[in-house]
Amino acid sequence: MKTKLFQWRWLLTVGLFISAPTLQADENGLYSPPHAEPEKQVSASQACVKPVPEMRREHMNLILHQRNQTMHHGVRTTDNSLQGCVNCHVTQDDAGEPIDFTNEKHFCNSCHQYAAVTIDCFQCHNSKPTEPVVKGGNQ
Amino acid sequence: MSHSSQPQNESRRQFLTGAAMTSVTLASGALLYTSAQAKNAADTVSDKVRWGLLIDANQCASGCSDCVDACSQINGLHSADPHSAASQQPQWIRKVTIKDKQTGKENSLPVMCQHCEHPPCVDVCPTTASFKRADGVVLVDRHLCIGCRYCMMACPYKARSFVHETLTDQKGHAPRGKGTVEACNLCTHLIDQEGGLPACVQACSQAGHNAMIFGDLNDPNSEIAQRLAAENSTALRPDLKLNPGVRYQGL
Repeated sequence: MKTKLFQWRWLLTVGLFISAPTLQADENGLYSPPHAEPEKQVSASQACVKPVPEMRREHMNLILHQRNQTMHHGVRTTDNSLQGCVNCHVTQDDAGEPIDFTNEKHFCNSCHQYAAVTIDCFQCHNSKPTEPVVKGGNQ
Repeated sequence: MSHSSQPQNESRRQFLTGAAMTSVTLASGALLYTSAQAKNAADTVSDKVRWGLLIDANQCASGCSDCVDACSQINGLHSADPHSAASQQPQWIRKVTIKDKQTGKENSLPVMCQHCEHPPCVDVCPTTASFKRADGVVLVDRHLCIGCRYCMMACPYKARSFVHETLTDQKGHAPRGKGTVEACNLCTHLIDQEGGLPACVQACSQAGHNAMIFGDLNDPNSEIAQRLAAENSTALRPDLKLNPGVRYQGL
């Protein structure tokens, strides 16, 4: 009985060594096991103002900082503003109309739903672009 | 003073003249500074500027509501709160008619947030959501507003409104939401750009009434400062000593 347990441990260790090469490094040099990913509602024409890895970690801080700058100090640049995000990252429905935050394919919603993070921005802010959208251009 | 000798009086006069000349020099220096600065999108607002409005009640037409309509249009107020009573609808600017009981003379004038130098709404706000910007514009930071409505009770001008219902399709420059208080923001998104005017002032001028003048109260060369220096004007409820940025003529 004792010998059999020892054999299982041995097999597990060997198994881990065999499976290790299957963990591929992503573009940031990080190893992660295979996992489900949100459907990306973004295209090459919607390139970000900052590198994507930086934006993934810092977008909330950038938006928060810009919010105070605009609200209290009248800074009107749009690079880090929520409106800037919404105007550029547009997902359109079948009719070519931009969809709002209630739709699961909305750029912000697609990730936030996956990550189970509720955001309050769109209780007050419009989740649709304020500038005219080129129909079919951003799909 | 009456017992002081003649030479002392003369020296005092010389000193005062000197001081007056110094202040003139300082004033012209400040003038050069204010006229040289132009705000870019990335610049922060400056306390060198104090935005204000001068409303001429004699020019304001009694049946006209162009300023109210323009405000509603540009800030997307018209589609708000479909289930609320008319008295509960958000209103950033309203027309008020006042009547002199002795003479029967009626005046119609717009009343909005008066952008006080000492705003009571800021004093009472428990979360610092009500605040005064460096350039004198009084605003609500709705990220911090908990909807307690103390500011609405404190405001002697009834300038603030509360949003009772869930809103959709807000204007990009005017985010608004249920459970927060809002008021006239002097169209900050417009005046933060060089030469921008609030929507109500533009509408009044387009209607040909020119009853509203917008400008920098601190700049002696601005039209508003020159008019205020030359003509009689008053604040609403001057007894409260709030020093509003909005002043009225012809009341």
